[in-house]
Formats: sequence, C-alpha cells, structure tokens
Amino acid sequence: MTLVPSDEQRMLSDSVQSFLDDRAPVTHLRKLRDTRDASGFSRDLWREFSSQGYSGVLVPEAQGGLGLTVVEAGLISERLGHTLTPTPFLSTAVLAAWVISRAGSTAQQERLLPRIAAAETIVALAVDECSKHRPAVIETRAVRDGAGFVLDGSKLLVLDGHVAETLIVAARTGADALTLFLVEASAAGVEFERTIMVDAHNAARLRLRGVHVDAGAVLGVVDGGAALLEQLLDVGRAVIAAQLLGVADEVFGRTVAYLKERKQFNRPIGEFQALQHRAAQLYCDLELTRAIVLKALQAVDRDATQARVLVSQAKSRACTTASRAVQEGVQMHGGIGMTDDLDIGLFMKRARVLQELFGDAGFHTDRIATLRKY
Amino acid sequence: MSDIEAFRAETRAWLKANCPEEMRRPIVKDADMYWGGRNARFQFEAQRVWFERMVERGWTVPAWPRAYGGGGLGKEEAAVLKQEMNALGCRLPLYSFGIWMLGPVLLKYGSEEQRLEHLPKIARGEIRWCQGYSEPNAGSDLASLATRAEQVGDHFIVNGQKVWTSYADEADWIFCLVRTDSARKQAGISFLLFDMRTPGVTARPTLLISGKSPFCETFFDNVKVPAGNLVGELHGGWTIAKYLLTHEREMISSIGSTSTEKSVGQLAVESVGVDAQGRLLDLSLRGQLASFEVDEAAFAAWLEMTADRARRGQGHPAVASALKYYGAELNKRRWELMVASGGADALEWEGTRSKDGEVARTWLRSKGNSIEGGTSEVQLNVVAKHILDLPGA
Repeated sequence: MTLVPSDEQRMLSDSVQSFLDDRAPVTHLRKLRDTRDASGFSRDLWREFSSQGYSGVLVPEAQGGLGLTVVEAGLISERLGHTLTPTPFLSTAVLAAWVISRAGSTAQQERLLPRIAAAETIVALAVDECSKHRPAVIETRAVRDGAGFVLDGSKLLVLDGHVAETLIVAARTGADALTLFLVEASAAGVEFERTIMVDAHNAARLRLRGVHVDAGAVLGVVDGGAALLEQLLDVGRAVIAAQLLGVADEVFGRTVAYLKERKQFNRPIGEFQALQHRAAQLYCDLELTRAIVLKALQAVDRDATQARVLVSQAKSRACTTASRAVQEGVQMHGGIGMTDDLDIGLFMKRARVLQELFGDAGFHTDRIATLRKY
Repeated sequence: MSDIEAFRAETRAWLKANCPEEMRRPIVKDADMYWGGRNARFQFEAQRVWFERMVERGWTVPAWPRAYGGGGLGKEEAAVLKQEMNALGCRLPLYSFGIWMLGPVLLKYGSEEQRLEHLPKIARGEIRWCQGYSEPNAGSDLASLATRAEQVGDHFIVNGQKVWTSYADEADWIFCLVRTDSARKQAGISFLLFDMRTPGVTARPTLLISGKSPFCETFFDNVKVPAGNLVGELHGGWTIAKYLLTHEREMISSIGSTSTEKSVGQLAVESVGVDAQGRLLDLSLRGQLASFEVDEAAFAAWLEMTADRARRGQGHPAVASALKYYGAELNKRRWELMVASGGADALEWEGTRSKDGEVARTWLRSKGNSIEGGTSEVQLNVVAKHILDLPGA
C-alpha cells in the first residue's frame, strides 16, 4: 500500500478543507467559546456535515453513509485539526459508527447508523475513569438483573457526553471481563456534568447510579468487550493522531510565515540560524509523523491486532510532534504568541487535550515496550 | 495480472531460487559486505555465487542501461526488485561508491566514452572507487578546497591533499574535486577521475576513535592525469559535486533504517534483565528504547513515503538533506542506547566476549554520521533555505 493519498482521498481532503475554511474557521470556535454556548457546538454545522457526507464516512452505504475506511476518517480529522472546529465527528461519526458497524446487532445498526449518517443523533463513548488514560482500570460494574443489567460507576472525559442521546459504556462484567453497553442518556440514574475544557471542545463527566438496561443494550457479546474496546480505541487513536498532525501542520505553517514577516534588528527573524535550525527540525518531525500516521490509519482498517504497535507508534509520535510544534509556535511568535487574540494558543490548548485523549506519548511507549516484550 | 505484478512474481521466484540462504541474513560485520575491486576477495562461497548471479542479470545496478552493464529496468520495476529483495532479506551483492555516487554522475554528466569505460567495470565490481572531496581546510565549506590541477598539454598535473577519503587504501580509482581556477571559488572547481596507482598518489590510513581506519589522508604529488579524465566542463565541477552529494545523502540516510534481527529493546532484555512482569529492570532505559523505536519506525515510513512520492514525480531534491540529517541523528541515538543497554560488558574493548569491542567501536564510529556527507547543521541550513524558503540562509 502506498503512502501517498489516492486522487479520491486528495479530493476528499480538499473538499473538507474548503468547506471548513468557508463555514467553520477558527473564528467559529472563538464564537462558541466567547458566547459560552450551551451545547458547545453548532447543530446547523453538524447537519451540513451530513449533507457533505462527512458524518457518515464510516457508515455503510446501505445505511445511508459513504462506507469509506478509517483512512478517510483520518483525513477529515486532520482537516479539523487545522480549523479547530468542535463537532461530534470523533465521538459519533468515528467511534460510535465504527463500533456499531463492527459489533452491533442488526436492530442496533438499523436504529443508530442511518441517524448517525444523517447527523440526527449524537453517541458518546464512556471509557476513562482515571485522570490518565488507563483502559485496564475500569471499575464501572454491570451486574445481571433478570434478562438485563444494572450499571454503577463514573466516567470522565466523555466526549460530547452532555449532548449525547446514547452512550457507549464500557463496564466490568467479571473479574477479567468487560462488556460494552448502549445506554440511553435519558435513562433513570444517568447524571452528567459538562466539563469546560481548556480547548473549548466538548466533554463531560458521567455518573451511573443503578441504571437499568435490557439485554438488547449489549453491544457485541457479553464479556467480549475487552478486545473490541482495544480495537475501537486504536481506531480512535489513529484518527486522533491525524488530528494532532493537522494541528501541528497548521501551527508550523503559520509560524514559518511569521518568521518571514516579523522583523527585528532590521531583518526578518527567519534569517537567524537559531530559528532556522529549529524550524528545519520541525519540518522533519512533521514529515515522519505524516508517514507513520497514514501507515497506522491503513493498518487499523486491515488488521487491528497487527496494527497495535503501529497505532501506538503513530499516536506517540503525533503527540511529540504536535507538542513541539505548538511550543515552538508560541516561542517563535514571541510576546504576541502569549495573547488570546492570536490563534496559536488555541492550537496549543487543543493539542494538549488530544495528547491526553486515549493515551499520551508515555502511555503509548509503555504499550509498545509491553507488546514488544521488553 | 498487470505487467508489473507479473514482473514481481517472476522476480520473487528468481530471488528465492538464486539467493543463497547465507546471503539472506542481516549484515552484522564488515566482512559481510562485498566491495569488489582489483584486490577484492570473497569471504565465503555464497557471497561469490550471489554476486555472480546478480552481475549476470545486471542487477548490481538494476536501473542502469544494459549497454553500461545494468539491468535496464524501469523505475517501477527497480522499486519492485528492491521491495522483493527487502522482503526476503537479500543482502546487496555489491557495496560500491561507484554505484551510489560516481555512477549517477557519469550517467548525467559523463561523455559516452567515459560511461562505456567506467560504468561496466563498476557494475561488475571490477574497479572500486573512492571519493576525493574534503581537505584539511575544506570541510563544511567544501568549495574552499585547494588541491590544484594545472592543465599542461593533454594532461593535468595534480598537487594537494585530501582527507576522509573512505577506503582510499583499498580503492582502485578516485573521483576527485580539484581547483582549476584560483580566482573563482565555486566556479573554479573541476571534477577529475584517476587511477590510484598513478605515480605521486599516496594514501595513509587515519586512526579513528573507534580504533579503526576506514578513512585515509591522501596526498597528490605531481600526479599526471590525462585531460580526457575530466568529467563535464572545465571549472564546471561544483554543479557535479552538489549533484553527487545529494546521492551521498540518500545513501547515508538509509543507514538509519538498517534493521537488525531484533529491536534495540529486545536486545536489551538479554543484557539488562526483566522483572516479574517482563519489563526491563531499568525503566528509564525502557522508555528511551521505546521512544527510539517510535522514531525509527516513523523514519522508515518517511523513507517509504519519499520513495512513493518520487515514483509519482512529487519529489523535492532537498528532502535528501532532511533524510540525511534525521537518519544520521537516529543512528547515533541507536548506538547510544546499544552501549547503554550493554552496560559494562559493551565497554570491553578487547576479547572474545565483546567481539573485540564491537558495540563500543560501532557506537564511536556512528558519531561521524552527522559529520560526513555534510554535517547535520549544514543539512538543516539546506532544509531551511530550499524547503522552508526562509530568508538569507
């Protein structure tokens, strides 16, 4: 498989770019943030995502989607990194669409997939319980109750949790067994607290107190959630890595432009070798990140088990690159880089949340060492 | 099946039938590489068999025209051959500066006579070449070189000194940058070829911190070179030199991607030991090894992406500098980690346990990666100027 996007993929990326530049540039995020918008995203814009087909990128054609692969989802995610557009794309169009298409019953698929593609519903994944991503530590319990289950526990960093209609909850059903459940957000015992995050994107804390679900709520098979969750997280990680790449690319482009334009000592600061070398090093970081991220997106679609190391390499590398790019972005812009008026700080904030989401560089290097047996 | 897929299938079958098992193992020591030349000797039978079979097909230089001893393959076919060789782990049949550096220069700038004279001998491994570039006072500022070549009738008289001439003591011929006009800097340089047996040429090995001598100081004392050995125009050598350097950079950048059978982390397990969960006993080292593996994998993917882009005509010449920079730094990191993982054992300079300090010597040798073929700093200058288009670089 080649590491150059196909013509179709390039066209998709270009069309997402012109759509977002036109409809939702960084000012869109600023407006939602500064008006303290209650939902934190624009439902009108999300409906437009549907008319473009983006919300159905991973939904099979039979259910009204585009039926494309994680590679295309990654390309859209990358563009969202350029414009910092807050949408339920990751929660609903990527994570929910992928896992429901992969593991959902016919009834679940028919109920949710067409509505995801049409941007008529939002589905949020509730996994993390610790402040650092530790998917091995899930204490939310689901105890059998007749034909159904009763869920108790709490979750955090649930993307789009407070605006979701349906939740995908990872819960412990045995000492070594997890199960994924589809839980209605309106069910008795479900409580949300919207968390205003540093990047002004949506997330919530979730509390489940004696929430009853019936047998039809099980996504996949009972006690079979661990492997499915790991694959799902890997899809998410690869797509998040693509967004980190987009953030890093955008900041780097803006920073290099500034080096050419800003004058001190009567010359552009880009003439100074101290800055040139750091910019050239960042160029290298970006190129190799682009390559490993595309490789991971391709792999995760083909064979999730084989892809594990590759996904962790891509997420780890994307975290490091984006972190460097935004830090250099602020430093090279100097004083103005510290102001809220300039967008660079918004990219720094978004990059930090994306790094933490589903494991930072430290988490993923540890996972690589474990998978490689050292 | 498309033509290219048919070619892939045939190639795979041929390689399986013709590449001996011993030649499908990773390179671990100098003797594993066959460099050819007048004084060359095969280290073992499989090395000879593999070399001769590949020469017969022209596959020591698959993409060169058949008339010059090459395989006459198209870009895409040559890429397929490389992929299939990598997949089977086939070693290169011939290691050669003639192939990697001089060959591309003669194909682009040489006269037909020069091509017919030199290229087939390179392809067949008959003549081993060395590179006369750096001088005591011309390192990063290569264009300040001072070795003079005066034209006297139908020949040049060459006087001067080169340093860092790789394997000059084993090479048969040298391609050499010489000053033919002292009034102009870049525009006073020419590109000459001559036989190392010519009277007046002496090569003296330079002992490195690794305790080995892969490089020489080479002295020229009134060396008489036929005028027909000038490549390209008189005073036109700088363009050729720069062209050659991009090939050298591509070559060195691939060093960073050489894979051993085991990852650095897995090698560390043997020397450092693991706890009950199978984690290295040195957790800080474990993290560094995994971070290194991330960058190693990302760099390999970058090389792959660059090759894919080149095949689609989307290449950029200065990317070779970026790859050279990163590959060199990565290889230095690899050997820092190898020597750290090896602990005291890896620091035994002599004796059979350490194979005469193999790890330590390779670690020390790797420090030159970011100096030879243009320092890391020079490569970053090239990236800043030609890719990022930053001013005044």
